[in-house]
Parts: sequence; C-alpha cells; structure tokens
Amino acid sequence: MAANEAELRALMKASLAGDAHAHRTLLNQLSANLRAYYKTRLARIGRSATEAEDLTQEALMAIHTRRHTYDPAEALTPWVYAIARYKLIDHLRHTRASMTDLPIEDAEELLAQDDYVGTESANDLTRLLSELPDKMRRAIQAVKLDGLSVVEAASQCGMSESAVKVNVHRGLKALVASIAREKRI
Amino acid sequence: MKTEDLISMLSTNVEVVDHRRVGRNIGMAVMAGAAVAVATVFFVLGPRADLTTVGTFVAPLLKVAFTFIILVPASIYLIRLTRPGGERRSSSVALVALPFIAIMLLVAVSLQFAPSSHWKGTILSDEWLECLISIPFIAIVPFSVIIWAVRQMAPTDLARTGAFAGLVAGCLSATGYALHCADDTVLFFAMWYGGTIALCTYAGWKLGPKLLRW
Repeated sequence: MAANEAELRALMKASLAGDAHAHRTLLNQLSANLRAYYKTRLARIGRSATEAEDLTQEALMAIHTRRHTYDPAEALTPWVYAIARYKLIDHLRHTRASMTDLPIEDAEELLAQDDYVGTESANDLTRLLSELPDKMRRAIQAVKLDGLSVVEAASQCGMSESAVKVNVHRGLKALVASIAREKRI
Repeated sequence: MKTEDLISMLSTNVEVVDHRRVGRNIGMAVMAGAAVAVATVFFVLGPRADLTTVGTFVAPLLKVAFTFIILVPASIYLIRLTRPGGERRSSSVALVALPFIAIMLLVAVSLQFAPSSHWKGTILSDEWLECLISIPFIAIVPFSVIIWAVRQMAPTDLARTGAFAGLVAGCLSATGYALHCADDTVLFFAMWYGGTIALCTYAGWKLGPKLLRW
C-alpha cells in the first residue's frame, strides 16, 4: 500500500482529535516510509539495518510526542520529512559520521518508498522503562502497555487523573531523551 | 524493541492534542518576557526622570515604536520556525533587517548635517556603556523564558530559531530600556540599541544548537 498525502493528512487530523485507531494506522504507514528512507540513506554510508530501525523508532516517538507542532492547515508530508531529516542529521552528527547531503526539498521522496520489513532495534524498552522514575514508569505501564483507561490507571497507581496524564507525557519524553543519551556514549 | 511494539504502546489511549498551543505558548512567553523587561527597568534602573509633560513622551515612544517594528515580524517568524520544516516558510527573513537598514540610512543622513567632531560626543555620550551592558543583561530572563517555550516545540533549524529567539529577547529588552535611557539622538539609538539587539541575535544563533536540541 503506497501512502498518499491526502490519506495521511486525514489520519493525522483524526489522530489529533484523539482517534487511537487512526493514530496506529498513521504510525504504521509512516514507520514503513521512515524505515525505507533511513535504510537507503544509511546503507549508502555503510551503516546497518539496526541503526535504521533505531532511527525509525526515534522519529516515530518524535512524531508522537511533538504532534502538536503539526498545523492542520499545512501539508503533512513536509512536516514528517522535516522531522525525519532532522533526526538523521542529529544522528549522523552525534555518531561522528561525515555529513551527507540531505536536501530540504526532498519531502516527496519520503512517500515514494515504504518498507514493512522491520528488524529489532537496539533500544530495549523493558530496560529503558525500568530506568524511569517510579511514577512515570507505573503510569506508562498502566496506560500505554496494559491499555487501562486514565481513570483505571489513576486508581491503580494511586495518583490523580491529571497526574497520570502528566506522568505518561513526561515519561515518553524521558524515554526519547534516554535513547538519545545512550547513543552519544 | 520491535517497532510494532512501540507503535502499539504509542497508540494506546491517544490524547486529544491542540495544535494552536504553538502560537499561544510562544506568544505568552514573549509577553511574559516583555513584562519582565519592563519590570526590571522600572524597579532596578528606574524610569527616566524627565517624563513630566506630554511632549517628553514622544522620544521614548518613537524608540518603542521602532523596536516594535522589528519585534512583531520577528515573533511571527519565531513561531513559524518552531514547527518542523518552518525554515522553508521563512525565506523572507530579510524583512526583519529592513528596519535596521532604514535606521542606518537615517544615521547616514543625520551625519551629513553634523560636523565630524560631534560624532564622537554623540556616540560616546554619558550613557553608552550603561546601554551596552543593560540591554543584553535585561534580555537574559526574556531569552530564557522564550527558549523554554521553544523547547516544547520542534524546530529543525536550531541556529536560526535561536537567532530569532535572541532577536525577540533583544527587542523586548531594548523596549524596556527605552523607558529609562534619556539619550534621544538618532545616532546613539542606532549605534547602541541596534548594536546590542544584533549582539543578542548573534548570541541566540550561537546558543540555539546547544539549547534547543531535541
């Protein structure tokens, strides 16, 4: 299934309105585009598929945690591509590779290919989660992994509903940050 | 970790997201920065003493008006730059430089009418050092507030976004300082206000990639 702008944009609008199914479909489609993009770019400089998968996951997390920066009046593809490109440049810079030429006009190219063959990334979710502060870890476990509603999670974790929401939000950001930190070592 | 596991995690219990948060939060940070700059000038330096008649308000108002001519478009560009790919939509950045060019032309004209021996006295008047130190210092808190707000967003050109954060902070600081500074010559204003705002912009450009990385 090749993605197209109109379809993705409709999914994004639904996802911003809180539609979980649309959000999942969108992330699935984008993950295939991102994977193809990163595999092609990294293979050219002799990098592994695992690295491409790491980057795909990082970009997905960035798309998820920063989706409020998407303006529904604008096209979605350039927004996704700008994030994908930013994460690739950041990755190359912090892994001491020579900068490759990544033109900013290439947004269309992102949707031209997709790749559903995922490998496992080097990020170990269980371990990364265990390093989070207790409240964040429990909130993410309940809401994001066990699929409890915020109300259920609140009574299970002994927190208020807004505390659960805040801890999930902060926890996801902390996960992104710890993935980025590990890469710099 | 498998990417599909990550996706299931992220798409469980999806929150409603308000995309208007970007403009609103940056706008609020700029206004908070303005309040801090004005408060600092009022309580630390004190407003200028000669504001007694209506006529004396003209010079500070002109200075404030000039900084606003830069501040308003700079804030709009800053909001654009905080969205991924926003740098593609701010190609007319040169617009912000126009007020600078205009005032430099004004300076050139005013120099035509002043003998060269007066230049030094006008540029290096009593207040130049205070101005040079005050504007960057007053800009520190507004700059921090703005950077904090920008960090919640997703800029993809960190140097340029940092530069605009510095420019906005510099303008806010100069606006506040104009309420204190009693030197109203155009040459002084162009040289030291323009110079210190440019300095704040440069500092933001250098600090952006370090402070704004995400």
